[in-house]
Amino acid sequence: MSDIILELKNITKIFPGTKALDNVSFQLKRGEIHALMGENGAGKSTFIKVITGVHRPEQGEMFLGCSKVTLQGPKDAQKYGIAAIYQHVTCYPDLNVAENIFIGHEIRHKLGRLNWKEMYRISDELLQSLGINFNSRTQMGTLSVAQQQIVEIAKALSMKAKIIIMDEPTAALTKRESEELYRVTEQLRDNEGASIIFISHRFEDMYRLASRVTVFRDSQYIGNWELDKVSKDDLIKAMVGREVSSLYPKAKTDIGESVLELENLTRTGYFSGISFSVRKGEILGLTGLVGAGRTEVCESLFGIHKADSGKIIFAGNEVTIENPRTAMDLGIGYLPEDRQLQGLILDWGIDKNITLPNLDQFSNGVWLNDQKELEIAEDMFKKVLIKAQSVQATASSLSGGNQQKVVVAKLLTTDLKVIILDEPTKGVDVGAKYAIHKIMSDLASRGYAVLMVSSEMPEVLGMCDRIIVMKEGKISDTMDIADATQEKILEAAMVKSVKDRQ
Amino acid sequence: MIKNTNKLSFLLKWEWMLVALLILINIMNASLSPYYLEYNNMMSAIMAFLDRSFMVLPMAIIIIMGDIDISVASTVALSSVMMGVSVQNGVPMTVAILICMATATLCGFINGLIVTKFKELSAAIVTISTMILYRGIAYIILEDQAASGFPLWFSILGWGDIGTIPLILIVFIAFSVIFWLILHKTTAGRQILAIGQNNTASIYSGINVDKMRLFAFTAAGFMAGITALFLTSKMASTRPNIAIGYELEVIAMVVLGGVSTSGGKGKIHSVILAIFVIGLLKYGLGIINIHSQIVTIIIGLLLIFSTLLPSIGQRVMSKLKIIRQMNL
Repeated sequence: MSDIILELKNITKIFPGTKALDNVSFQLKRGEIHALMGENGAGKSTFIKVITGVHRPEQGEMFLGCSKVTLQGPKDAQKYGIAAIYQHVTCYPDLNVAENIFIGHEIRHKLGRLNWKEMYRISDELLQSLGINFNSRTQMGTLSVAQQQIVEIAKALSMKAKIIIMDEPTAALTKRESEELYRVTEQLRDNEGASIIFISHRFEDMYRLASRVTVFRDSQYIGNWELDKVSKDDLIKAMVGREVSSLYPKAKTDIGESVLELENLTRTGYFSGISFSVRKGEILGLTGLVGAGRTEVCESLFGIHKADSGKIIFAGNEVTIENPRTAMDLGIGYLPEDRQLQGLILDWGIDKNITLPNLDQFSNGVWLNDQKELEIAEDMFKKVLIKAQSVQATASSLSGGNQQKVVVAKLLTTDLKVIILDEPTKGVDVGAKYAIHKIMSDLASRGYAVLMVSSEMPEVLGMCDRIIVMKEGKISDTMDIADATQEKILEAAMVKSVKDRQ
Repeated sequence: MIKNTNKLSFLLKWEWMLVALLILINIMNASLSPYYLEYNNMMSAIMAFLDRSFMVLPMAIIIIMGDIDISVASTVALSSVMMGVSVQNGVPMTVAILICMATATLCGFINGLIVTKFKELSAAIVTISTMILYRGIAYIILEDQAASGFPLWFSILGWGDIGTIPLILIVFIAFSVIFWLILHKTTAGRQILAIGQNNTASIYSGINVDKMRLFAFTAAGFMAGITALFLTSKMASTRPNIAIGYELEVIAMVVLGGVSTSGGKGKIHSVILAIFVIGLLKYGLGIINIHSQIVTIIIGLLLIFSTLLPSIGQRVMSKLKIIRQMNL
């Protein structure tokens, strides 16, 4: 039993409306690197936050060594030697390395004066033990992301951390930088005797570093394996393994000519060489991991951020999309990812929200026409089946699913040819999910070209005619629905090297 | 829905509170001076503060959009000085008036341009800078001297009547109607409110946010020009330190008028009530020779009280709600 340094038993964490963790168990052995995998939203982040004391679970127990502990907050976790390092480093770029390491737990002389000499000495010692070639007086902002992460590791060690959690540390790193991080991580295990939980979407990280892997799916614990005894395919199956149910009322449609075409669209730092076309009556899925550049491509098509190079061809003509207005006037509509921030005015009624994008259509010239507005709003209100007391109820009073229906209704007031939906059912309950899928299918049947960004594999497989998978800003695979499987998509999103393109 | 009606009734109360305040101030003034309620006296009381009130209208729009313009008084100074210098150098008065309006509009346009092109700068910082800049230029042009020598007919603007109604009041009413219609009856007004409520969602809804902001700042410049005309006419001369401190009074009037300082909410008619509340309060305190610094203190207190009132009201409301729930 002393072999196990951290154990969680039957952890359940409930957020209003959802179970984020459902009876999850986990074991971390002393001195191992343990990978934690799962799809977006499988519950990994919540789980980490339980270990670091940010969230308190409704049920379940946590053991450190052999003793049961109850964490009251992040400070507690720190006290027990648990530290987490995140993908986005939270550092002070204008301070130097030692100042960053010791911020919040400075070493002091007797009278409270800061003992800089000691802090620089310990910092240099830590950096040396990690085999690093910059010293503790280097300004943090001049370091690369990988180096900053290593400073974070040093900070964890300075607090005597024995359990270190790394949450997608390689997501923002190049291959060379990842190598550096691997080396330091191994050093951490071998020289410092630390136990590490390593979260990553990349199989290469996992096979290179970890000895065991635990897989979560749908807030549940699926299993854990020795990495040398499990194949990549089995792991992918464990991560997805869901059945596509009747949540996806996709009607068969006649697919017509292409409406919107992209040629080598590039926005430096976000995506490059993106070429595809969306056709009339088609639902095209754009999937991949969060951060693969899917939303950014859509934002360029909608004129939020202009692409640097490449062509957008709409109905046969090359177009420049300056801003959302030009996009909408052409007939391109966009349902943004964050409905509360980007989609709605929460203090306003449903009616005023619905008419906002096309006020000029429901007015007499420059003058508002309350009557006309109310008519169109009520029409839409019924069409998308919003559940609310009245069409004037404030958007903030609605449930997530009904809020999303309002944003969909906003789109439908415009005369569109292409509809881009970015995570249309994220955080939406099952009923509303079905309704939104139904609207989507109807739109395609009526000849709209639909482009849907989604991270949810069953949704992509259930609703799309064709699927494009993006990885690190590039298209890694395109497949017809007939050939698509969850395994293939996941492989393209995580593993497959980017195809060479001329 | 319950929340919604509460909010509505509260906004109604706010307007009525301003009306009540206005009546109170009039009663106070009337009891202080037996001549206060005479027509001519009333008109001169109103004329005393209407010149700066032109700027309150676009300022309300700007604050509703979540921005602020602190440079308006400096714009008044620069455009007024430009007009004065032009006249001193033999430019015909009509042309000088055009120069004044063009200068002011340009000042506002420049503010708008900087604010929309460099989004990392807040409107407050930009307009504090141009506040110093515009007045600085006014000082360079005229040094610390006065420019005068305007033709006699120019004084009609500040002092003239149409029938028995002061010209300035008629112009102010006209602009008030225009701004009221824009904010409350046009699609542009709806978009202004939307931008103040949620800038990002407005962009995603296809509203040209930059264009609207540029327009609002330019309008503020234009209205500062109108103020410059009336103010200069009334004083028959101009100096670089003309209209100093007006920006704060203008902002105070907007805030007292119930415009949310975080944007997205406000009504032109409440703002107009607030203009009269502050203007007539100052006039009344002037009747009894209250020291001008104490007047400032009183207006400061009024402002703090008025901005706090909504949140105090909300706190009381939620307390009441909890009590009601406990009784159930």
